[in-house]
Amino acid sequence: METAFTPWASLGGGALIGLAAVLLMALHGRILGATGILGGLLRFNDPSDWSLRAAIVAGMAAGPLVWLLVAGELPAIDLPVPNWAVVLGGLIVGVGVSYGGGCTSGHGVCGIARFSGRSIVATLTFMATSIATVFIIRHVMGGW
Amino acid sequence: MRLFSAFAIGLIFGLGITISGMINPAKVLNFFDIAGTWDPSLAFVMAGALAVTIPGYRLVFRRPAPAMEQGFQLPDTRVIDRRLVLGSATFGIGWGIAGFCPGGALPALGTGDPTVFLFLAALIGGLLLARVLQTRFPARKPA
Repeated sequence: METAFTPWASLGGGALIGLAAVLLMALHGRILGATGILGGLLRFNDPSDWSLRAAIVAGMAAGPLVWLLVAGELPAIDLPVPNWAVVLGGLIVGVGVSYGGGCTSGHGVCGIARFSGRSIVATLTFMATSIATVFIIRHVMGGW
Repeated sequence: MRLFSAFAIGLIFGLGITISGMINPAKVLNFFDIAGTWDPSLAFVMAGALAVTIPGYRLVFRRPAPAMEQGFQLPDTRVIDRRLVLGSATFGIGWGIAGFCPGGALPALGTGDPTVFLFLAALIGGLLLARVLQTRFPARKPA
């Protein structure tokens, strides 16, 4: 399915993502990486650290609800993918980000902003395999 | 105060993901579909984010410590190894299959869409599976 190219909304939304990353570092000294934050929620040995992560995730999930108050509708979620592939993809993402040490937010935004060589290599690598995977699914296999 | 600030930062991130359109996997997948229904929006999201984080981090790291904690928690490894490259390559394959990445899916929880829960349950399964595998093949902590 086609989606509309939204350069201004995407730039503006991206700037908010960047602002959140800078604030988390300035106030709490942490990288705003979804992988790291979620991974830490699956450890229960430090209640103060756990509650901080839980508050970040609760704030993230409140985003669409605040948007509902402002815009009058929830943002659209269109997933042109069968459920079994969502599960398979989720499992693969979980293993990959664990070994790769981060995902789009941690490596792609925070790591690149620190000019981390590891993050630049990671980002180029996962972008390349995502593009290749979608090419194979849509143009070699002919879609789901 | 500490938890309120963490919640507010999460909310700014969640609004950013929502407004940028990256909450919608169809839009993310179209960024990868260069040969088909290409939507370059994701590149603009990265550009917008980096335009703030690059100068912002520069200012933050001039200070000796963050405002509410003892020190900065930054990854100390600089090694570009097979684990980093193969892990990231694997992540990209999963991202291309499911359309969600962790940073898009956490805000999407707020929409109540059942496929988001499905993805996050599988993602958590994958994180735990990797943790089991990593006790056999020791690895570095995610950033």
